[in-house]
Amino acid sequence: MTAERWLNALVLPALGLVALAAHLGDAPFTVTLATRAAIFALAAVGLNVALGMGGLVSLGHAAFFGLGGYAMGILAWHAQTYQPLQIGPLAIAGTTSMPVVWLVAIAASALAAVPIGLLALRTAGVYFIMITLAFGQMFYFFAISWPAYGGEDGLSIYVRNGFPGLNTLVPIQFFGLVFGLLCGACALAAFLRRSPFGLALNAARQSPERVRAAGIEPDRLRLAAFVVSAAITGLAGALFADLNRFVSPAMFSWQLSGEIMVFVILGGVGRLMGPVLGAALFVAMEHVLGGISPYWHVFLGLVLLAVVLFARGGIAALLTGRAHG
Amino acid sequence: MSAALIAEQILNGLQSGMMLFLMAAGLTLVFGVMGLINLAHGSLYMVGAFLAASAAAATGSFLVALAAAMAGAALAGAVVERVVIRRLYDRDHLDQVLATFALILIFSEGTRWVFGSFPLYLDVPDWLSGPVELPGGILYPRYRLALIGAGLAAAAGLGLLVTRTRLGMRIRAGKDDREMIAALGVDIGRLYTLVFALGAGLAGLAGALVGTIRSVQVGMGEPVLILAFVTIVIGGIGSIRGALVGALLVGLTDTLGGILLPRALALVTDPATARTTGAALASMAIYALMAGILVWRPTGLYGARPA
Amino acid sequence: MAEAILSCAGLTKRFGALTVSDDVSMDLREGEIHALIGPNGAGKSTLVGQLCGAIRPDAGRVRLSGRDVTALTVPARARLGLARTFQVSRLAGQDTVLENALLGAVGAAGAGFGLRRRRDLEARARAALDRIGLADHAGLRADDLSHGQRRRLEIAAALTLDPCAFVMDEPMAGLGPEGSAELTRLLDGLRAEAPILLVEHDMDAVFALADRISVLVGGRIVATGTVAEIRADRAVRAAYLGEAP
Repeated sequence: MTAERWLNALVLPALGLVALAAHLGDAPFTVTLATRAAIFALAAVGLNVALGMGGLVSLGHAAFFGLGGYAMGILAWHAQTYQPLQIGPLAIAGTTSMPVVWLVAIAASALAAVPIGLLALRTAGVYFIMITLAFGQMFYFFAISWPAYGGEDGLSIYVRNGFPGLNTLVPIQFFGLVFGLLCGACALAAFLRRSPFGLALNAARQSPERVRAAGIEPDRLRLAAFVVSAAITGLAGALFADLNRFVSPAMFSWQLSGEIMVFVILGGVGRLMGPVLGAALFVAMEHVLGGISPYWHVFLGLVLLAVVLFARGGIAALLTGRAHG
Repeated sequence: MSAALIAEQILNGLQSGMMLFLMAAGLTLVFGVMGLINLAHGSLYMVGAFLAASAAAATGSFLVALAAAMAGAALAGAVVERVVIRRLYDRDHLDQVLATFALILIFSEGTRWVFGSFPLYLDVPDWLSGPVELPGGILYPRYRLALIGAGLAAAAGLGLLVTRTRLGMRIRAGKDDREMIAALGVDIGRLYTLVFALGAGLAGLAGALVGTIRSVQVGMGEPVLILAFVTIVIGGIGSIRGALVGALLVGLTDTLGGILLPRALALVTDPATARTTGAALASMAIYALMAGILVWRPTGLYGARPA
Repeated sequence: MAEAILSCAGLTKRFGALTVSDDVSMDLREGEIHALIGPNGAGKSTLVGQLCGAIRPDAGRVRLSGRDVTALTVPARARLGLARTFQVSRLAGQDTVLENALLGAVGAAGAGFGLRRRRDLEARARAALDRIGLADHAGLRADDLSHGQRRRLEIAAALTLDPCAFVMDEPMAGLGPEGSAELTRLLDGLRAEAPILLVEHDMDAVFALADRISVLVGGRIVATGTVAEIRADRAVRAAYLGEAP
C-alpha cells in the first residue's frame, strides 16, 4: 500500500478512536472537541470538491456554512416558539428533527450555489476569489441587518435537535452522527474523484482547452462541483449550529471562509483526507495553543505561514512525502 | 428629504470614497506590478492608526501622528515584503491568500498583545474641528472636508508619480515586462520593496485619518480591506484610475444607498418593512454593484481584457 | 467525388485592419488526408480555430457531416465528432496517460457520475493507447512523458472521441526525423477511420501523406490540388520561393 493509501485508511478511524477513548475515559469535553473537528472537516471536504478538484478558489464558502446554520436556526426557532414559518400564503411548522433540518440545509445551500456559481464562473483568477468573497459578505450583512431572526445578536436554540433513536445531547451520540456524515461525505468525494465527472473536472483545472476539445463544457462541470461543494459545506453549517445551539452572522463572516480554506490547505489541497487532517490539526492547535496564550492566533499565523512557505502540499504531503495528490 | 441632506450624504460618500482610494491604490499597485493578492493590507491600515494614536498621545501633534503613521506603516510594509511577501510572487493566488491571511492573524493578535483590546482614540486637532458653511448654507464638518482634500491630493500625487517620474516609469514597466526591465539593470527586488512600502504608507495614512473619526482598534482593517478589494475589482485590478473611479462608486453607493433605498421602498410598502428591508438591502448594495459589474465586465471597468 | 465531411465556405476573419482569413472555402472528404500548408503568419491557426469553434468568423459558414455548425461552440462540435489536436500539447499534466486518453471517451459518452461506465470507457482508452504505442506507459503522469510521446498522446485523446473528422495542428512539431516517420505511419493508418485535415510544416510528411494539399498565403487559399499539382503550381512557388508568378 502506498503512503497515501495508508493515510486515507487511517485518518478517519483515528478521529473516531480519539472520540471513543475520550468517551470511555469520561472526558466529554474532548468528545465535543472531536465533534467540532469533524464538523469543520466536513465543511472543508465540501470546499475541497470545488477547490481541490475544480481549482475554484472560493473565499465565500461561509455563505453556505451560514445558510446551513440558519436553516437549522430558523426551523428550530419556529419550533421552539410554536410560530409557523410564513412564506406567502404557506405556513410551515418549524421542526426539531435533524434529518429534516439536514435536508433543508443541503437544499438551501445547493439552491443558493446555483446563481452564485453561474455569476462567479463568468470570472476567473483573482476576480473569482473576490466575487465569491463579495457574495459571502452580502449574506453576512444581510444577516446582520435583517431583524426577524435576531439580527446581529443571532438566535439561541435551547434544545439540540433530535434524531430518531438517539439522545443527541449525549456528546458521543452526537459525535457518532457527525462522524457518520463525515465518512459519507468522504466516500462521496472519493466516488466523485473516480467518476468520469471527476476525471473531466480534474482535467479541466489543468487544461480547459483539452476538455473543450473532448466535447465537454468546463464551466458546467465547475458549476456542478460548486453546487455539490456548497451542499456539503451547508450540511456542516447545520451541524455546527446544532453543536453550539446558536447561530449568528459570524457564521457568514469572511474569516470563517478563510478558516475553511485554511483547513484544506493545512491538510493538503486535492487530497482526499487533506481537509480532515487540516481541520483536526486546527482544532487541536486551537485547544493546545489557546490554553497556553490568549493570543494564540499569532502562533497559528506563524504555523500557517510556515506551511505555505516551506511545506507545500500541506501535512498530507509531509506525511506521504509526495507534493502531488 | 431636503437637498441639503442629499448634498451632505454625497459629501460623506466622497469622503469615504477618497479614504477607500488610499487603501485601494496600494492594493492595486501591488497586484498590478507584482501580481500579488495581499489580504494583509488592512493590517497595515491598522498599524498606521495605532502608530498615529501613540504618536499623538506622546507628542500632541496631529501632523507628527500622520507622519508617524505613514512612515511606520511603510517601514512595516518594507520589512514584511523582505521577509515574507517576496517568497510569494511566483506562487499561485491560493498560496498568496493563505500566507497573507496568516499575516493578518499575526498582526491582529500581535497588536492586541501590545495594545490590549480596548479601543484607542485619536482627536481631531483644533484647527480642523468644527463645521464649515458651504455654498447653499450647508454646514459640513471641516475635518471631513479636509479628508476629501487629502484624498484628492494623494490621488494627484500618485498620478504624477506614476506618469511623470522615473520611479513611475519603472513601476509601469515592471507591470508589463519584468524580465525586460531586470535585463536593463533595474534592481527589481528593490523596486518591489519600494512599491510595497508605498502602498503600505498610503494604507497607514488612511488608517490614521479614518482612526480620527472612528475608534482605533484591532480588527478595524478587515472591513476596509474588503471594501478596498471590492473597489479595485470594480475598477479593474492593476489600474489606479480604476481604483479612483471604483472608490468613488463604492463610497457613494454605500452612503446614498443607506438613505435612498429605505425611502424608495417606503413608496411601495409600509414604513416599518421599508426601513428594515431597505437597511438590509443597502448593506448589500455595494456587493451587488460589484457582482453586477463583474458579470457585465469580468475584469472590471478598466481591467485588462483577457486575450 | 467522395462526400465532404468537414467544409467551410467564405470564411472571413479580421483582427482590426488585418484580414487573417479572406474568403476561405475548402473541404475535407471521406477517406482523405487534406494538408493545409502555408508560410508563418498565413493564418493557419486562425482558420483551424474557426473550423473547431474557438474563433467566431466575421462571415462564412462551417459545415460538419452536412450540418451547419457555424454557431456551435468547441464542445458542441466535438460532440458531433470533430476531434482536434493542439500545436502545443494541452494535456492534463498531473493526470496519468490513461486518464488523458480517457477524456475523449468521457466526452463522447457524457461526463456523468457512473463508475461502471468508466470501466467500459477505459477499455476504449487502452485500445487507443495500444494503437499509438503508449500502452506500456498508461500509468505514467503525462508530464513525465517525452515530447514525442506527448504528441502521440494528444492523438490518442482525439481518437477516443470516436471522431468523424480530425483536425491536427502541426502534430509533427518538435519531433526528430525518426519520430516524424513513426507518426507519419500512424496517421497513414488513421485516414480510413476518419479523414484528417493536417496543418503541417514538415513537408516530407505532407508529401508522403496528403491526398490533397491546400496552400494558405496571407489568409487566402492560393491553390488546392494533388501533391504533383502543388509542386508545379506557380503561385505556390511564388509564395514559398519568392519567384515571380
